[in-house]
Parts: sequence; C-alpha cells; structure tokens
Amino acid sequence: MKLSGANILLECLEREGVEVIFGYPGGQVIPIYDALYDNSKIRNILVRHEQGAAHAADGYARSTGKVGVCIATSGPGATNLVTGIATAYMDSAPIVAITGQVPTFMLGRDSFQEADITGITMPITKHNYLVKDIRDLPRVIKEAFHIAATGRPGPVLIDLAKDITVQTDKFKYPEKIDLPGYKPNYVGNTRQIKEAVEGIQKAERPLIYIGGGVVTSGAHAEIIKLAELIDAPVTPTLMGLTAIPGDHRLNIGMLGMHGTATANFAVCECDLLIAIGARFDDRVTGKIDAFAPKAKIIHIDIDPAEIGKNVRVDVPIVGDARMVLENLLEKLEPQKHPEWLKQIAAWQKEYPLRYEPHKLNPQRVIEEINAITKGDAIICTDVGQHQMWTAQFYKFTQPRSLISSGGLGTMGFGFPAAIGAQIGNPDRLVIDIAGDGSFQMNIQELGTAVANRIPVKVVIINNFYLGMVRQWQEFFFKKRYSATALDHNPDFVKIAEAFGAKGFKVTEIGQLRSALEKAFETPGPVVVDCHVEREENVLPMVPAGGAIHQMIGVNN
Amino acid sequence: MRHIISTLVVNQPGVMIRVAGLFSRRGYNIESIAVGKSEDPALSRIIIVVDADDDQVVEQIEKQLYKLIDVIKVNDLPPDESIERELALIKVNAGSQSRSEVLHIVNIFRAKIVDVGSRAVVVEITGGSDKVEALIALLKPYGIREIVRTGQIAMLRSNPGLR
Repeated sequence: MKLSGANILLECLEREGVEVIFGYPGGQVIPIYDALYDNSKIRNILVRHEQGAAHAADGYARSTGKVGVCIATSGPGATNLVTGIATAYMDSAPIVAITGQVPTFMLGRDSFQEADITGITMPITKHNYLVKDIRDLPRVIKEAFHIAATGRPGPVLIDLAKDITVQTDKFKYPEKIDLPGYKPNYVGNTRQIKEAVEGIQKAERPLIYIGGGVVTSGAHAEIIKLAELIDAPVTPTLMGLTAIPGDHRLNIGMLGMHGTATANFAVCECDLLIAIGARFDDRVTGKIDAFAPKAKIIHIDIDPAEIGKNVRVDVPIVGDARMVLENLLEKLEPQKHPEWLKQIAAWQKEYPLRYEPHKLNPQRVIEEINAITKGDAIICTDVGQHQMWTAQFYKFTQPRSLISSGGLGTMGFGFPAAIGAQIGNPDRLVIDIAGDGSFQMNIQELGTAVANRIPVKVVIINNFYLGMVRQWQEFFFKKRYSATALDHNPDFVKIAEAFGAKGFKVTEIGQLRSALEKAFETPGPVVVDCHVEREENVLPMVPAGGAIHQMIGVNN
Repeated sequence: MRHIISTLVVNQPGVMIRVAGLFSRRGYNIESIAVGKSEDPALSRIIIVVDADDDQVVEQIEKQLYKLIDVIKVNDLPPDESIERELALIKVNAGSQSRSEVLHIVNIFRAKIVDVGSRAVVVEITGGSDKVEALIALLKPYGIREIVRTGQIAMLRSNPGLR
C-alpha cells in the first residue's frame, strides 16, 4: 500500500517511539497536520509561538532522555525555532525539528514563506537535511533520530518540501543505518584508562569536576561510587548539578563564575582534576591560565573535539562517561584524603553561601521551594540571577531534574521547557523558577499550559529588574542602570487569570510559605509572583575573565 | 605554519558549505580550497590549505571536521611526503615585441601557451604553489590581465617515507 509523505513521516515517528510533538501549523505543514488529525498515537501540543515548541521539545528531551520533537511551518515558523535549536545544540539536548518547506519546484525563488532553514541552522545543528525526494524520507528520519540521540546528543533538523508530504510512495522503514562518517566512540582507550588509574592513585588532592555529559550518560551512581571510593570532593557545573545529590557530603557545590568559594578554591589547590562530561566553558574556568594551575588534568568526554579545546589535558579519554567510569571503578583501589577533606571543610565553614534570610530575598524563595518539595521537583529556570540562585540553593535529589539553558543562556527558555518536562513526567511536580524579564519572553505559553491542562507551577523571582545585567551595571558600570529597570511590569496574577490559570502574589515574607504550598497543591497551571528585594546580588562572583579564586563577595 | 588537509566527504549537496562554514565560524584561515570527485563516485575529496599557528589548532580543525556527519576521513598531509599541484591560467600581455621573451619564460617553466591573441597569450602552468608564484612574478612586468587558480590539490606519495 502506498502512503503519503505526511503519513510516512508519522509512521516513522511512531516507530521511533514518539508519543508527543510540540508544534504550530502553517501553509507548508498543513498536509502533516491533516495526517495528524486521524492519528491517535501521536499527540500534538499546540504551542503559541514556535520558539515555545523548540524549548518544550528540549525540556521533554532533557527530563526524559528521549528525543523531543517539534514541528513548524516554513519561513518564519522555521526561523522562530532557531533560538530553541541553538539552545539545544549548546547543551547537547536531543531534539528533532521538522520544518515545512515550499514545494521543490518553488525552492530558490524567494517564494512566499521560503527561508533556507538548513543553511541557517547548519552551525547550530548536529546535522540537518532537506528532503526533496520522497524515497529518502524514511532513511532521513531514521538517521535523524539516531544522530540526535547517540554519541554527544544534539538537535537535528529535517526540512520537508511540501510536495514530498503529499506525494505517495510504498513505505518501508530501513532496518539498518549506514553512516560511515558517524561512529561515536563509547568505550575509553584501555591504555589511557590505565594512565588515569595511576594518576588517581598518586593524587593527594583530587577533585572531580562533572558536567552535563554525566547526566546524559546516566552515570549518577558511578559518580557517587567514584567520589566515595577515592575520597574526593565533587564540583558540578550548572549542567551537571543533578548528577550528584545536593546534600551528598562530597558535593562541594557548583564551580565557576557563581560557584561556591569552596569549589573555586578547590580547583585552585587540587593536584588532580578529573573532568567528566564537561567542556571547560569560560563561565567555569574564568581566566584559563589561572584554572587548576597545580593540577594534572584527566578529561573524559564522548566528544573528541572537546578534549584539548580550551585547556591542555594530561590524560584524554574519549568515551561515554558511564562506561569509562565503570571501567575505572573496576581498577581503582580505595583511597583516603583526610587532610584535603579537612581543608575543604574549613573553606566550607568559612565561606558558606549567605544572604539575609529575614527579608523576602530571592534566595529565601528558592530555599522555601526546596523545603516544600524536599528537592524532588523538576526545576526549570530561565536565565539570569534566579537561575544562579536556583543552582546555589536548590538541593536536587534526582538526576535530570534541572532543566536550564547553560550554554546559550536563553531567556524565555524555562516556561516552555517546563511544559515539555511536565508532558514527559506527568506524575512529577514541575516548577519553572522564572525571572520577571525572562518570563515575559515566552509568557504566551500560558495559553498552551491552560489549554492542555499542563499543571506547571511558575514562581517568578520578581525584582522589577533585568537583575543580572543590573548586577553587572552595579559592579562594573558605576550603577548606571541603563535599560534594566522593569518598573512597568504587568500584574502577573491578572495575566495568569486572564489566560485561565491561577495566580498568587507574594509581597511579604510572611506570605511566602503558604502561597507556595497552596500553589503547588493547586491543580493546573499556577503563577506565583514573588516581589523580592530588588537589588540583591548573586554572590560569590568571579568577574568575567578573572581568575576563579578571586571572587567578589569572598574575603580572603 | 601551512597545513594541507585532505578531507574525504560524502558527495552530498551542501557538503562544501558545511566544511567551509566550519572554517569561517571557528576562525580558521583558508588559503585555498579545492574539491572534486574521488576514486569512489559517492565520495568527494576536499583539499584545504590552512595557515595555523600551532599543532593544537590543526588538531582542533581535524576533530571539528570529524564531527560533521558527511566527513569520512581527514588527513593532515605531511608536506615532504606529499605531492602538491595547482593549475593556473595566466592571461599576460604579449605583443609582437615581448612575445618571444614571454615564450622563453614559459618554456623554462615547462608551462604551456594554450591561447594566443594579437596582444596577449594565455599560459597554463601546473605545479606546486611556489612554482606558480615564481612564474607569476616573472610575467608581472609584461602586464598580467587575469589569473585563475584552481587551488592546491595534494596526495600522499605511494610509499611515504621512502622517497
């Protein structure tokens, strides 16, 4: 039997286990939506802006480990996905973006709603395809899912010319994938692993630095085993934060620009840095010459191009974090580093994260959320001060529970990502901790949440400022608050209500706990607008390009 | 230092853009780029000449190229174990007075005259970049009207190390 291209697409998606797609129709994808109309297996979540679709697919992917799928029409629909695709690319999230395209005979003629989306997304996708022949369609879809999900995951875009979706062809899903140029390496090199073992056994002050790769590979148990076996402190990046429980005794907190003083001092003093699934991002390293100056560096990563990209590495191991760790654990002997851990404990005692808890401070809001949820919620964030406070004060208990734009730093990410995360995890409490600026960048998705009964809770850390930029202006631009005051923020409670959601306002600290509890118990989407102290800063802070042991807010 | 990077790629539309885009995006300087079919009709070979300050940069280039799904094999060809060639067409002024001098230079370089006009000739030369540059320098005084170069191509010798 022959199927239309649109139906072939849906058949392929079903075979890939896709249950939900996030999308928005338009001229060139009407045939796909028409086919979806009869499809009972794939649920379409109609977003209110294509950017929301990409972020929702991303949130779904990061929170479940499955590939997230979004669909948009050609031209503006496709370009509206771009920020979401770039966000997924920078944080290695597996999504497949499907875009409509003008029919093949109209390509290249500046047709209505034509945009060269494969050209546009070339630098921000792991790979992309323009399908101009229906016979290629099943192979392309199979390859796209394979590429998105394997190795170092990432976004793949499929641009589908409209005529392909209406033509018909016999459907056969390929069994095998033939990609001679794509062979990710999962198993670490034996000789390098041996070298790593030797390095670890010799180290006196080892430090484990973990990134998003650990979460992706599911190496949470192995990280704890490694840390306990070799008696080494662990410092996660923002992306790696959920790979180790927030209250584990060896977890010394995030490192880098807004990391804990302890973590940053530890980087400076360690004699061995074991970097796993992390990429030495500038927000982590600060000034590169002053980063881990006394340490040998072991770098474990699935992407060979990450090794040696930013720092010189002594022992490079290309492989999957979990597999390499399993291998390492077999060969390592237990170790004790009492002196080193005593030093760590002394730093922790002297330089804890601190704030004034008796005011309605943003950190207090995060701590209350943490206390109520016991660290078990899925937390999504936008980008800015609230994101860093979340990283500092929420004690995550489960992996894949922090969904945040680390690499690209996309404001407006959190709320649509939370919608995707909630769809993927219907039984968990999903909270979007948002900034007042960020939330307004995709506030329209309240419509999506209400219409689809997606019970995401949004807590706005509302300081009526673009707070992180204001903080930089305070520190580095003589308090010249150019274009950062949001004095005319809308009434978020009323906005929530207008969309059909519930809203609560918190203006005094006495209201905080009960408002949050009530919000989390209320079914359906809820917005809690917390009017926090306006000029609170995220501390410690390493000025951009500075050495990470020299922090604002830490006297030493 | 100058590196010749030989890249075997799947013969797909857009593959040149993927490779060239990678270089410009990451700030690697391309001196020349040449592409053509390989021994396997499904594959093309792209020869890229880059100027890179240190080996780490070249290593990064290779690794980044390997990340492209359409890239199958990358080789940094060692100059002393490779054969390099480039073809150039040079349209040079050669009126009745200077024609014999131009012909003489062309002969010394074992280049060829492939077109003759009343006031100019077109010279075809094949060789390493140095040779092409040298010929251009010598023809310059006569007045060069146009130059077209293919960009460097190169391959490893059949018995590298045994020359």
